[in-house]
Amino acid sequence: MAEYTAAERVALARNTARPGVVDYVQGLFTDFFEQKGDRLCGEDPSIFGGIGLFHGRPVTVIGHRKGKDLEERMACRFGMPNPEGYRKAGRLMDQAEKFGRPVITFIDTPGAYPGLEAEARGQGEAIARMLAKMSALTVPTIAIVTGEGGSGGALALGVGNRVLMLENAVYSVLSPEGFAAILWKDASRSDEACEVMKLTAADLLELGVIDRVIPEPVGGAHTDVAAMVRTLDRVLQEELAGLSRMSGHALFTGRYEKFRAMGAKALRKERT
Amino acid sequence: MSSVFQRRRQKLLALKAMHSVSASVHPHSSEVCKNCGGEVPHRDLVAAGYVCPLCGYHHPIGAYYRLSQILDRGSFRELDEELASADPLDFPGYRQKLEKAQAKTGMNEGVVTALGRIGGMKVAVGVLDNRFFMGSMSAALGEKVTRLVEQAAKSRLPLILFSASGGARMQEGILSLMQMAKTSAALERFSRRGGLYISVLTHPTTGGVTASFASLGDIMLAEPGALIGFAGPRVIEQTIGQELPEGFQSAEYLLEHGFLDAVVPRSQMRETLIRLLKLHGKAGANRDG
Ligand SMILES: [Zn+2]
Repeated sequence: MAEYTAAERVALARNTARPGVVDYVQGLFTDFFEQKGDRLCGEDPSIFGGIGLFHGRPVTVIGHRKGKDLEERMACRFGMPNPEGYRKAGRLMDQAEKFGRPVITFIDTPGAYPGLEAEARGQGEAIARMLAKMSALTVPTIAIVTGEGGSGGALALGVGNRVLMLENAVYSVLSPEGFAAILWKDASRSDEACEVMKLTAADLLELGVIDRVIPEPVGGAHTDVAAMVRTLDRVLQEELAGLSRMSGHALFTGRYEKFRAMGAKALRKERT
Repeated sequence: MSSVFQRRRQKLLALKAMHSVSASVHPHSSEVCKNCGGEVPHRDLVAAGYVCPLCGYHHPIGAYYRLSQILDRGSFRELDEELASADPLDFPGYRQKLEKAQAKTGMNEGVVTALGRIGGMKVAVGVLDNRFFMGSMSAALGEKVTRLVEQAAKSRLPLILFSASGGARMQEGILSLMQMAKTSAALERFSRRGGLYISVLTHPTTGGVTASFASLGDIMLAEPGALIGFAGPRVIEQTIGQELPEGFQSAEYLLEHGFLDAVVPRSQMRETLIRLLKLHGKAGANRDG
């Protein structure tokens, strides 16, 4: 692995040339059919999802979309979903469960959109439902943090049997800027925040939050998208083969136990 | 079975309850309401459960005080009281801040979990306390909530959670975030086994707690005027570049937008819970036990 500082990895993770879910879908799946709308009130392009074939096997794919040009970026609110996006993702997961398809998610968002309409339509409730739903699926689920994994808006697609992370991706409770602003009342100390937050793939592997780090081409995923796709293809085949041997009950239980153990080492008994 | 133990338990809860309000509202002879600025005799404020008699503002109250108002006398049995944060990221200054909060509140973490009875019906109940790191989600808080949910599932008890939270515990970073998944997964399993979960949102409930266990109740209640949301009002104002409308993210706003069953004044909370437990009968409550 290349030696980057945490702040440099944050910059790489946010690089606008970095491949996103649409690139990975094009590279990894065939016969892809995009599904739109939450069937309740709208369509949110910042969540991209549908059905595709992975080496001949139908899978449900869902990911955060940041958009390619300015117009698309604006429409996607730079990858920050509204509740409709999460509810669409939930709908697609229900179908994956119904038809027995594995679910593969691509995580890349600064966070859920902090807007007036988002709150009016229940951003918190939408994310909470996603966490509950994803935790209880009986099909194999693989979550891959490909860029920015920001806050609850990222975790909403992240309750996988396996959680993988690209080498230069980051995953954190809040953006480093927001973190510095809240904790030190000084957003300019974000580089310092990057170091103490433990947000790199190596940090999170050590903390037991993710299962595997996926190496990127030298210089980052955007320097050789084809190579990145080849690596992902190999990793996904391995991971899916492993999970496909498990029963629905074992997938559910295994995922529960995995997240149940999160933070087990962060506890202490105080004398009372 | 009653008598000595029950009386002792009641005494202990009463003592802790005293401590948990004296830290949030100072016991002068008269108080200034944080909302309307009116002067209220201290004993009137206490008699009204710290609801302002002039404007109806529900002052935040501590977890033990809340429990003393909700549970049957002598029924309180605290769980996992000793559980605390181990400072998992070795975060600069966090240990000292934890010690300070513990000394100030007499609590080890920002939630009290317990078994008790309401109207004679056995329940598993948890109350977040915003005096302890603003009720923010630490791994220990997530663990206590999860253990309570699992206990409720195992003992077939209805579950009641009172939320009050500023969101994530920044000093625990990603491990704070993961508690959202952990608690939500536990609640989903509890729900699939037929468990009743009543979620009560109190002022303020925001961030990761709103986006996980607080929003997953079969029955969703809130106290009047409580601020409830995912993103904080200031963050939203910065994003959209305009001021927010009056009453935005209030309990009443959420009721109007379809996210609550009812807004329940503090004075009616216990009676409302009793009625809801009764309505769920055996499915919700276990009268023996
Ligand atoms: Zn008042």
